[in-house]
Amino acid sequence: MAQEEQEGQEHPISTYLWVWLLLFVLSACSYYVDYAGFQGFTRWSLVLLFMFLKAYFICAVFMHMVWERMALVLALFIPTFAIIVFVGIMGFESDYTQLGRKVFFDTGKPPTVYAVPHSEAHNDTHSDGDAHSDEDEH
Amino acid sequence: MSTTSKIPLKDGVEGFVSDWSSDQRAFKGVPWGKAMMWIFLLSDTFIFSIFLISYMTARWSTVEPWPNTSEVFSLTVNGVSVPLLLIAIMTFILITSSGTMAMAVRSGYQKKRKQAGALLLLTAILGMSFVGMQMFEWSKLISEGIRPWENPFGARQFGSVFFMVTGFHGVHVSVGVLFLFLTSRKVFRGDYDTGRRGFFTWQKGRYEIIETLGLYWHFVDLVWVFIFAFFYLW
Repeated sequence: MAQEEQEGQEHPISTYLWVWLLLFVLSACSYYVDYAGFQGFTRWSLVLLFMFLKAYFICAVFMHMVWERMALVLALFIPTFAIIVFVGIMGFESDYTQLGRKVFFDTGKPPTVYAVPHSEAHNDTHSDGDAHSDEDEH
Repeated sequence: MSTTSKIPLKDGVEGFVSDWSSDQRAFKGVPWGKAMMWIFLLSDTFIFSIFLISYMTARWSTVEPWPNTSEVFSLTVNGVSVPLLLIAIMTFILITSSGTMAMAVRSGYQKKRKQAGALLLLTAILGMSFVGMQMFEWSKLISEGIRPWENPFGARQFGSVFFMVTGFHGVHVSVGVLFLFLTSRKVFRGDYDTGRRGFFTWQKGRYEIIETLGLYWHFVDLVWVFIFAFFYLW
């Protein structure tokens, strides 16, 4: 069993405690993003930043990834890029699904305006009062 | 299983190429069980990715407004509504349990039997409290009328995504808690010192099992980081 002992990983307890503290701080930061009510670009860029930092430190230190050999690290890391491709595909898919829903399943209720060209959006505001007659037509 | 080869191992890119082409075992310096746990976690990563991607698709393709999670998941404390309070507590509990797990792995390798067992038990209890809070959250939302097919706050897909994603994560936590209790009992009994065989696999266990279990537990925490960011905060 002598060789098994070599395979174990031992790191100073302070390393774990520091990362633990760091994860607490990062979680508090990402919670603060919601608490402070940031919106738009600030919100999602901060959420993503804290998310990736937390994920990195959990993987790297708690899961001992930085001390593993490159053969294992790449075997686990490279396949995850397929996820990014899938995100792209499904992002495109959801875009035209929503377009289809708006074109063919519009209930006549005033919809949330998504990507309407400027000239059409302008016409919309004019016909706001005619919402009733619109429903009659349907 | 010999890692004590005469040829010195190379590092970096050269090491990557020679490890993979060496016609031996590819993952050197790693117990086999741990490598297999990593492969399992990779496949689990894909499962959770698919859930989160389907959530993204549902949210981007719906024409109804998405419910404001900040309000839906708020708790009222002393008459003041605090957004995402329970979720924040759950996040901190899960991180704490990850910390105790990391220390349990360390104690295990140092053969500190009782310390490792106690830390595993603590991790299991923290995990259980996480699942308990999730049950509280679920029952609160169900009483407010959130169903997989409808909810009073907005887009109908919200309920199905919520129950699917948090439910699947909750199952992972529950399974982890079960194995934490089992491993804690084995460590306390000294199974990994005496070489007592497991009741199911009939194999002799070693302290590296704690690290393998630790990988699973940290992964559960890792998934929660993504769920917290994409589902609760987005």
